[in-house]
Amino acid sequence: MSQFSSSFWDWYIGVITVLAIIACGVFLKMQSTRRVPGSGTETTGHTWDENLGEYNNPLPRWWMWLFYITIVFGLAYLYLYPGLGSYRGSLGWTQVGQLQAEMDEANRQYGPLYEKFSTLDPKELSTQPEAVAIGQKLFMNHCAQCHASDGAGSKGFPNLTDKDWLYGGTPEVIKTTITQGRQGIMPPLGAALGEQGTKNVTHYVLSLSGSTHDTLRASQGQALFAQSCAACHGAEGKGNAQLGAPNLTDKIWLHGSGEANLIETISKGRHNVMPAHQGLLSEAKIHLLTGYVLSLSTPVVTKQ
Amino acid sequence: MQTDNAYNDRVVRQFALMTVVWGLVGMLVGVLIAAQLIWPELTFNIPWLSYGRLRPLHTNAVIFAFGGSALFATSYYVVQRTCHTRLFAGRLAEFTFWGWQLIIVLAAVTLPMGFTSGKEYAELEWPIDLLIAVVWVSYAIVFFGTVFKRRVAHIYVANWFFGAFILTVAVLHIVNSAAIPVSLTKSYSVYAGAQDAMVQWWYGHNAVGFFLTAGFLGMMYYFIPKQAERPVYSYRLSVVHFWALIFTYMWAGPHHLHFTALPDWAQSIGMVFSLILLAPSWGGMINGIMTLAGAWHKLRTDPILKFLIVSLSFYGMSTFEGPMMSIKTVNALSHYTDWTVGHVHSGALGWVGLVSMGSIYFLVPRLFGQKQMWSVPLINVHFWVATLGIVLYIAAMWIAGVMQGLMWRAISETDGTLTYSFVESVKATYPYYVVRLLGGVLYLGGMLLMAYNVMRTVMAGQPAQSLIPAPAHA
Repeated sequence: MSQFSSSFWDWYIGVITVLAIIACGVFLKMQSTRRVPGSGTETTGHTWDENLGEYNNPLPRWWMWLFYITIVFGLAYLYLYPGLGSYRGSLGWTQVGQLQAEMDEANRQYGPLYEKFSTLDPKELSTQPEAVAIGQKLFMNHCAQCHASDGAGSKGFPNLTDKDWLYGGTPEVIKTTITQGRQGIMPPLGAALGEQGTKNVTHYVLSLSGSTHDTLRASQGQALFAQSCAACHGAEGKGNAQLGAPNLTDKIWLHGSGEANLIETISKGRHNVMPAHQGLLSEAKIHLLTGYVLSLSTPVVTKQ
Repeated sequence: MQTDNAYNDRVVRQFALMTVVWGLVGMLVGVLIAAQLIWPELTFNIPWLSYGRLRPLHTNAVIFAFGGSALFATSYYVVQRTCHTRLFAGRLAEFTFWGWQLIIVLAAVTLPMGFTSGKEYAELEWPIDLLIAVVWVSYAIVFFGTVFKRRVAHIYVANWFFGAFILTVAVLHIVNSAAIPVSLTKSYSVYAGAQDAMVQWWYGHNAVGFFLTAGFLGMMYYFIPKQAERPVYSYRLSVVHFWALIFTYMWAGPHHLHFTALPDWAQSIGMVFSLILLAPSWGGMINGIMTLAGAWHKLRTDPILKFLIVSLSFYGMSTFEGPMMSIKTVNALSHYTDWTVGHVHSGALGWVGLVSMGSIYFLVPRLFGQKQMWSVPLINVHFWVATLGIVLYIAAMWIAGVMQGLMWRAISETDGTLTYSFVESVKATYPYYVVRLLGGVLYLGGMLLMAYNVMRTVMAGQPAQSLIPAPAHA
């Protein structure tokens, strides 16, 4: 597989590169002079700005050797490694090949360990200290950036330590979420509801969880809720795990509580993305992560 | 007042003084963002004082405002002295001063506002890029015009380096900044994907090679022999290392993109030429330091010479470190860590900073009709404070960088997972950020001493006029 549109570029790169390196050496050789024994230090005889002059000392020998060594090294390197167009180098090294070799080696070395866990039920895993320890390290490097080191999340990023699950909390669902990712979309309704309508719906939603609200506005918002929100959040606002539509009756607010946050959510909508991890993590690692995520919301009952 | 038989030093004076002013500003912003890495809430989450916007302001201010003004000042001074003629196109030279200052002010306004092209060291948006191109071409006309009307037969070595720097920066800037504007404040690069990255680092590395190396070598080649009152060590060495340097630098850019989407072959060529670059780089250091042969004792008593010679030591150190870091196996450890930041600053604070300060200390008394700076002991204090600051800075970043590299690659023996999460490496870096801030504060403190010393010298004197010598027989 060539990276070039025609073999011309192969030659273009290869020939110019080799010539350039050799030219450095030839130029250096041409400029090498030894001091004639017995002669004093000569100057070029030019003078600038009253007293600026130049000696014409020969090139320091050690410096010339340094230069030659780098030139020889350069040519040798380009013989051994890819560099001259699509010439692969005598060692056949590629960065992708090196990565693959390291990954294969890691799989060979650690594969059996992960295999051992992949036959266990995730609920079982969440009680095994060794599995939880590996899961935690995976979590720290792949999940903590959004869900926080303790899994408690932050605004816009779900808390994984409570029992509230947007898409359901069974091991299978959690595994699907990690593997395939999720797109949580709440459409913007500001234009459809209007300013007062948005505010009224907001107070109706606040009333569902018994939060502080304006009862008059809430009663005016009820019909609007049935019309614009119930399709996803359900007639009683209890949400729909099939769609990832949050339960609005439980005082758990992914994008912040209170009137202002809700108005923002309703009028502008939300688009939450959980990235898919298939391709990034092996199935066995996702399996272990599932166990760890489950352990976050499960009281610790460690089996020895 | 100014006559044709005198040098045009007005524009030199303007740039020399602005070098000090922009040095203070750029370094102050550097200290601020170093502090933000320790105390993230330092600027109260005000968007235009956030790290992401101030960091490009810092780099642009120190490289192009401080370093740029120093290069304009010294190149205009040197090209006249070594060509024995008055600056070509005086009005155009004046335009380069005001144009360059305008560019700096525009950068200082637009970068904090968040306008950026997203290209490192080339963040300014397209209208400012166009202005830079115009000013730079004017600079080239003034400089080469002066070289062409020289009244000596040979072109002095400093002018080769200044000339190469001016020509190449024009090419680099115009090619890398090519973009399609979508509005007055937003444009998109004409290159895409890995090609955009390659063009960017071809530019980025040669900005280091030509703006921060060739230009300042030009400075070195005039001010060291002048201050030491000795001839340059070797004309032959200057020929060889000049051509080898400008030739090989052009190839080295891909080492910024090791282990990325850039094809293997391009990475290898970048690495090979970075290694070949070692000897040409050291040629300049040898030529500068050996110029002092037979006059070493002057280092004890002359603080200006200390600035100039120690700058070369840092130059030699960072041009050894650079090729080493371009080796793929070393790069696998050092890339994306604070080691890179340490490397850049040993070049920036140690080489570019010190050689500029030494040259400005040489220039200011001469430009204002004084025998020497208002206080020579204060130059000495500045030298030691700055050197201590550099050592603290780069040592902290070396240790932090190697530590980060090792932490990121540490793998559990038992299960193959990463031993540390990223945030643990951030936490471990904390003490080194404190030491780095201390180093930066010292360096800025030295610059304050310089500003005071320059101010007193300028107040004690007045703009001086120096006459062009009669045609020389060189």
